[in-house]
Amino acid sequence: MKIHQLSVFLENKPGQLRMPCDALAKAGINIVTLSLADTEQFGILRLIVEDWAKAKTVLEAAGCIVKLTEVLAIELADKPGGMARILDLVDRAGLNIEYMYAFTEKRADKGVLVFRFADPDAALKVLRNEGVNIVSPVKLLNRA
Amino acid sequence: MSQAERHPVSAPDFMPMPELQATQLTRLQQIVGRAFDNVKLFRQRMDERGLKPANLRSLDDIRRLPFTVKADLRDTYPYGLFASPMRDVVRLHASSGTTGKPIVVAYTKADVEVWASVMLRTFAACGLHSGDIIQNAYGYGLFTGGLGAHYGAEALGATVIPISGGNTERQLMVLKDFGVTAICCTPSYFLHLIDHAQTLGINVKDLPLRAGVFGAEPWTENMRQRIEAGSGIKAYDIYGLSEIIGPGVASECSAQCGLHIFEDHFLPEIIDPKTLEPVPDGAEGELVLTTLSKQAMPMIRYRTRDITAFITEPCPCGRTIRRIQRIGRRSDDMVIIRGVNIFPSQIEAALLRVEGTLPHYQIVLTRVADLDQMEVQVEVTSAVFSDEIRVLEELQKKLVHSIEIITGVRVAVRLVAPKSIQRSEGKAKRVIDQRTL
Repeated sequence: MKIHQLSVFLENKPGQLRMPCDALAKAGINIVTLSLADTEQFGILRLIVEDWAKAKTVLEAAGCIVKLTEVLAIELADKPGGMARILDLVDRAGLNIEYMYAFTEKRADKGVLVFRFADPDAALKVLRNEGVNIVSPVKLLNRA
Repeated sequence: MSQAERHPVSAPDFMPMPELQATQLTRLQQIVGRAFDNVKLFRQRMDERGLKPANLRSLDDIRRLPFTVKADLRDTYPYGLFASPMRDVVRLHASSGTTGKPIVVAYTKADVEVWASVMLRTFAACGLHSGDIIQNAYGYGLFTGGLGAHYGAEALGATVIPISGGNTERQLMVLKDFGVTAICCTPSYFLHLIDHAQTLGINVKDLPLRAGVFGAEPWTENMRQRIEAGSGIKAYDIYGLSEIIGPGVASECSAQCGLHIFEDHFLPEIIDPKTLEPVPDGAEGELVLTTLSKQAMPMIRYRTRDITAFITEPCPCGRTIRRIQRIGRRSDDMVIIRGVNIFPSQIEAALLRVEGTLPHYQIVLTRVADLDQMEVQVEVTSAVFSDEIRVLEELQKKLVHSIEIITGVRVAVRLVAPKSIQRSEGKAKRVIDQRTL
């Protein structure tokens, strides 16, 4: 299952991160996880939230430029070698990763890797066939 | 008045007024006749007014003639205003136009000689003479600055170092090692040079350098004081524009108080840019120039957009040709950066090429370490936003490249958040000038 991720353009200057976060807080939307990519001049805030459609509306109303992208969330044991195994599969299948980020879970001894693949559908097929635990949106949101 | 300033070629600078005016009238009648016979656009405009060159009986009659504006050069791009057949044109230069196409200017052999003579007179007015070693750091190429200064300096009999612009370390090496006595460049670049010299442990005051011939951008009296105090040289302001000839239209003299227009070749008027009527002598207005001797491309009543005023008092240097105040501002939104003219409309054309639609943008001018910097801030739109850094950086590069293709200048482009550029009710404020001259 692919997960909907929202990407927001930010200028690289003080106070920029706060505006989208405030907007989501006001609308009562919880952030499951996020990552920030930045250059000297600008950054991209990538968010996985509870209700992406509502969040997109809220952020756009607040004046953000928002882009919807599909990512894959992979659950794995939070121990050495977990990620290496996934990347090995990715390499062998010739899948191209645009970017990725990771987070660990609160309760269980698990980690979640979020991947943006150049071709999310191809990646989904390959990884599922390999028995990788791909997290569904519902499950991802419940664990947050 | 030093002997050196009295180069024989400078004689017209000191011509008695009645003689000068007689020369001007004869030349004006000739040039108007030449434009009427050879330039379609000018002839049409004269016909619309029911005017013939023979109607010009006095210098004041020039007020009846139609103006020429920069858009005329653009509309007739590239050769539409030429009054000479191409076989007589020995040189072309080009300067940036308003929508991406440059403006092309032409010179016959005689024009090139006149140009060298007015640049010689410029150098002579700045106290230079044969024996001087002149480092010419104006850009060589389509820009008129480099070659214009070059031939003037050679005609003067000086030694020219055609180093062109850029490469600060090499400029300083030459300045230090070649016994340079005078330099030509933009004033902001010279300030940059002296600052950089300091970091290399070179004290410009210890060098034989004694004069700077500075132009191609507006600068102020304060900046002159900084330059002179920081380098121990005399800093002179010169003025020119490609449409008229290039550098060599007007120059300061030893008095350093106003620029003498070489008015035996360039007839000046100062008008109210709104009513287009002449302003009272000494009042501020837009400078309008008519080329009196240019064969390949006569300019009749060319509106320069530069704001200045005649200085009515006689100059202590003894020159009779009139002086104008140094030019600090313009009547339109043109930006001069590193000697190159840039219009917001060019930036628009460049952004459009890349994005397909015009994003909100703003031009911010700053002066960092005495060098003019231009940053174009472009709001990111949904259409171009990608969640990959690489794609946005690619976009940024494309914008920089597109602006460089159109304006010839490499400027910084910053992608900014939507709605971050202030919207105005009326005409958008495209240029934010944060330079403190």
